[in-house]
Amino acid sequence: MPTLTLVQAVNDALKTAMRRDPTVIHFGEDVGPKGGVFLASDGLTKEFGKARNFDTPLSEDGIIGTAIGMAMNGLKPVAEIQFQDFIFPAFDQIVSEAAKLRYRSGGQYTAPMVIRTPYGGGIRGGLYHSQSGEAYFCHTPGLKVVVPSTPEDAKGLLLASIEDPDPVLFLEPKALYRQVKGEVPEGFYTTPLSTLRTVRTGKDVTVFCYGAMVPVCSKAAEQAAEKGIDCLIVDLRTLLPLDEEGVLEAARQTGRVVIVHEAPRFCGFGAEISAMIAENIIEYMEAPVARVTGFDTPFPNTLEHHYMPDARRVLDAIEHVAKF
Amino acid sequence: MTIAEPLQVIAQDGSTAGFQVDLSNDALLHCYRTMLLVRAFDDVCLKLQRSGRIGFSIPNKGVEACQVGAASALEKTDWIFPSYRDFGMALYHGVKPVEMMHNMFGNDRDSARGRQMPVHFSFVQPIHFVSISSPIGTHIPQAVGAAYAMKLRGEKQVCLASFGDGGTSSLGFHSGLNFAAVWKAPVVFLCQNNGYAISCPSEEQTASESYAVKAKAYGMPGVIVDGNDLLAMRKVVKEACDRARAGGGPTLVEAKTFRMGGHSTSDDPTRYVPKELVESWAKKDPVARFERFLASRKLWTPEKGALLAEDCTREITAAVGEAEATPAPVLESIFSDVYATLPPHLRRQGQAAFDLAARVGDAAAGGGKFPL
Repeated sequence: MPTLTLVQAVNDALKTAMRRDPTVIHFGEDVGPKGGVFLASDGLTKEFGKARNFDTPLSEDGIIGTAIGMAMNGLKPVAEIQFQDFIFPAFDQIVSEAAKLRYRSGGQYTAPMVIRTPYGGGIRGGLYHSQSGEAYFCHTPGLKVVVPSTPEDAKGLLLASIEDPDPVLFLEPKALYRQVKGEVPEGFYTTPLSTLRTVRTGKDVTVFCYGAMVPVCSKAAEQAAEKGIDCLIVDLRTLLPLDEEGVLEAARQTGRVVIVHEAPRFCGFGAEISAMIAENIIEYMEAPVARVTGFDTPFPNTLEHHYMPDARRVLDAIEHVAKF
Repeated sequence: MTIAEPLQVIAQDGSTAGFQVDLSNDALLHCYRTMLLVRAFDDVCLKLQRSGRIGFSIPNKGVEACQVGAASALEKTDWIFPSYRDFGMALYHGVKPVEMMHNMFGNDRDSARGRQMPVHFSFVQPIHFVSISSPIGTHIPQAVGAAYAMKLRGEKQVCLASFGDGGTSSLGFHSGLNFAAVWKAPVVFLCQNNGYAISCPSEEQTASESYAVKAKAYGMPGVIVDGNDLLAMRKVVKEACDRARAGGGPTLVEAKTFRMGGHSTSDDPTRYVPKELVESWAKKDPVARFERFLASRKLWTPEKGALLAEDCTREITAAVGEAEATPAPVLESIFSDVYATLPPHLRRQGQAAFDLAARVGDAAAGGGKFPL
């Protein structure tokens, strides 16, 4: 099995999908001969031609709006939004159109499409190249929201997203693009959506995380282990629709829960996990749920390492719930 | 590219000055009957709305020729991305009034199963009349994407994206026209300039000399046509379709017309439309003008017209009877069609709603009216 970085695994998934299905096309800003600002589409124009991998005018609304029309009419568009921070001009197309098309036409029209976009901090990108906007989209029925954290999952989940009959927002943790490497199976395979991945088993504290926070939580768990605290780490992988039963089961196993995400705390995804636990399994809980998140501020540039949850902050929360 | 006076084929007196009409007598009468059907649909729906039997409708009086003339230029394999004031296009291509009436009543046989407001139709047969959404202009880039798919497969189809003068200010107008021109996508953009975007007049909508002139900046032809002239509409849209099918790319058509009624049944146009303006446009009524044209070809008399109008009203009234007698959607329909398969969390939420209804009874229908 080849060892790939996460961004190479995304590239491999795109090539795999485009080789096996001529209706799959990929487009966005600078994704053509340049191969995308992170090189996720490196080599696609060369192999598949300009009609199937191409640069678009600089308009996110146009990218997603046209993708919806393509999806309605028999293509499988994979549209890249260069940075998730730039997705908001297309918010109307995603939220009002792609997500609602099946519902409002009784299934006569559907939008099977994938929106790929790098999200999150850690590259000194400041306010507009660092955000984690998953909560905006997880509040939208009809969408699926997927976040990989390993190269193997990046490929398997992206291929599953392309196969999926509904619109999928595929959030790629840009901080991990070249930071993580791993073995990736060759050829076509899918990792089922709406399934969790157990990163590490443990009996004392359950840590829920996704995307770029997964390696941060793994590091914190190693440090916790040295202090005698055994952590179960769950990578959520698909935020919507979430495997809620799996989440509750993992929370029940330890009765102590830490939720970690980069996005701001208020109405963040962690709030939903916390509410699910409170509503369903409060009697199993030994400690209040702890959240480690970005602050409720815009994303800072110079001090981003203070804004983003790190192993230090996650460990502090783990110790807090363990000792409660 | 030149933007001249609106292209006109049928003069106000019904004459066509040697114009080669490319429709058979039957086809001309089909166009006429479709316009009468739109008018009957409007009249019946207004009464239904005023008597509280449906919540909302959108009047089309004044813009019938615009819709039907444009629709007549399309093939059944073409796709229509309509606005909410375009259903004459669907009727022209054979959508049955009863299918539309199911939507007006939001019943279980509505293609959207009562999830949308009235007049938000969706049809895939006998022509693709794409599901309508309320946000303005979002369908414009979607039409371009669907057209890109046609082009990629080498099909000779076109997409017609229809919108009003207000739609030209939307994000989707800009991105849609720009992408279409860059891609040379087979799209016809039809701007039905009816003078007002709800209540906002054209002079407050744009400082451009016309809507068609905007085409120039995108690198495509822009044409102005008399929107109350069915044959002129057909000619201009057909030429744009032919160009698109031949790989020549998109066209922006501006049809100058006038909405004789309100924006919707919730609107009172007397608050913002000068009376004299309505009176001047009343003289240019598109149906009356087409009648004069038909009369000049011995295809119309007042008696024939009255009989046909009665026939249309009967058809619409029968549709009302059938739609009103069709039950409302079942509770499950709230949860279906969100995703291709029902995810567990929606199964649970649905089950909880059914269980509650079984335990304490159904929710009472509210007395809500649009708008409050």
